[in-house]
Amino acid sequence: MALSSKEVLKVGTLSRIRLTPEEVEKFSSQLSGILDYVDKLRELDTQGVEPLAHALPIHNVLRPDEPRPGLTPEQALAGAPQADGDFFRVPRVLDEGASA
Amino acid sequence: MAVTDLTACEIRNAIQERRLSAAEAAEGCLAAMARLDPKIKAFLSTDPDGARRHAAAIDRRLAAGENVGLLAGVPVAVKDNMCTADGQPTTCASRILGGWRAPYDAHVVERLTAEGAVIVGKTNLDEFAMGSSTENSAYGATRNPWDLQRVPGGSSGGSAAAVAARMVPIAVGSDTGGSIRQPAALCGVVGMKPTYGRVSRYGLVAFASSLDQIGPFGRTVADAALVLQATAGHDGRDSTSVDEPVPDYLAGLEEPVRPLRIGMPREFFGTGLDAEVEKVVREALAVYERLGATLIPIELPHSTDYAIATYYIVATSEASSNLARYDGVHYGYRSADHADMIDMYMRSRAQGFGDEVKRRIMLGTYALSSGYYDAYYKKALAVRRLIRRDFEQAFRKVDCIMGPTSPTPAFRLGERTADPLAMYLSDVYTVSCNLAAIAGISVPCGFTAAGLPVGLQIITDVFTEDRLLRIARMYERETDWARRAPRIAEEPA
Repeated sequence: MALSSKEVLKVGTLSRIRLTPEEVEKFSSQLSGILDYVDKLRELDTQGVEPLAHALPIHNVLRPDEPRPGLTPEQALAGAPQADGDFFRVPRVLDEGASA
Repeated sequence: MAVTDLTACEIRNAIQERRLSAAEAAEGCLAAMARLDPKIKAFLSTDPDGARRHAAAIDRRLAAGENVGLLAGVPVAVKDNMCTADGQPTTCASRILGGWRAPYDAHVVERLTAEGAVIVGKTNLDEFAMGSSTENSAYGATRNPWDLQRVPGGSSGGSAAAVAARMVPIAVGSDTGGSIRQPAALCGVVGMKPTYGRVSRYGLVAFASSLDQIGPFGRTVADAALVLQATAGHDGRDSTSVDEPVPDYLAGLEEPVRPLRIGMPREFFGTGLDAEVEKVVREALAVYERLGATLIPIELPHSTDYAIATYYIVATSEASSNLARYDGVHYGYRSADHADMIDMYMRSRAQGFGDEVKRRIMLGTYALSSGYYDAYYKKALAVRRLIRRDFEQAFRKVDCIMGPTSPTPAFRLGERTADPLAMYLSDVYTVSCNLAAIAGISVPCGFTAAGLPVGLQIITDVFTEDRLLRIARMYERETDWARRAPRIAEEPA
């Protein structure tokens, strides 16, 4: 399954990873090779076989909705690349010219 | 005898009986680390002051007659994808978490400390646990103590090498597709992946949430059992942690499993298996036969090539979701220049992640994307059920399954870095266990002519770690591979 440069760029955007033209070429060939390999699953007949997301029968583990201690604001902000009081500072999200 | 030649059980007993102090045990390991790690590079960070403080506290409590726990004073190394709030960074061997300080301890770290273990450092790994050689670390590769030009395996290569080189008696790692068992085999130590859900993943930085498991490294089966004892059990903070009682793994360890039916999958002895590895593994199986076990040929039709294909869809899909959190917003690396929010994500991740991580995120994103989800992700999950069924059918006929852990001994640094797929095939015998959630252990079973370790993999069904350890111990009792140390560990300061 060969991935075109266009598809690699699209996947890069979906993955939120900026790719240089060299990387697009390199990853395009490497990812195509890996996809060729995983295509061998087509050889198997999985008609009527239920997908298995979790090999153990664990379902909807819940606890009572009671508040429990979590991180303090100081702890939560301790690793912030940019903090502003009790907030994480980030580039503006809402802007007329912002990309989707 | 140097402290570093003692096993964890021996150190623990000596400390509890006051023949050895926790301070002496810590100093012995710290000295070995100072002497050997510049050559092996197993550690990303060390905490000598913290280790000394903890060891001194344990000695004080012992003097006061207190019970300090199962791992009283035993030095331990922790893979750097497990959160430690003690001041050491938790980097996952990535630039995107360079210098990051976790605000809480992983469950396993809490348990080890509560049982008296002394954490001496954080070990190197393939970035975000993605790899089979530790060469994908953003901070440099770890060397195999048996041959410094070769890889220790991965992704828990640092933990495996630290134990093999006798810098620490025990370590913990994580295994998503073989990342404990394969480096254990390549480094000639014991490494075990428990059943999924046996050990809490709270505080383990997630790679693939339905596959990741934490497990022990040790030079002996008893040491692996000791670490498992300290860390296994239900934890409400991990919703995939199973509330299954924890047996006493050490109590019955010396009792052989009889009768013992060993399944030998045709697929684990096929093409791609190195001839020397096969020979050494078959000799190990012959030891089991002499002990009265029966070798039964079985088939696991979906366990090798199909399992690798399934794994590289399932694990990468889960990773693409788990690693979405690294966006430069709340913690970790943020790019210096960016036009807007999306650009900040794209540049932070481009600059912070290494190539293998990018490849896997993109693969997973592609497999989950609209138009491809059914053909890749859903298909892979259906094959995962076939893999699980293969094991269910096998375990009706046999008590355990055995074969080589790794198709080859340790390969050279740089040998497989140009071809991702060649690297992926290192895990051909290990990935099926993670997909099926079952337990597996690698025990040293000999060496190649060039002196490289070979590992025997033993697999049992879910929540049978006590039997798995006893089966492994049956072989270990008849052999003395654990006594052999790499030459580097024996060199004087």
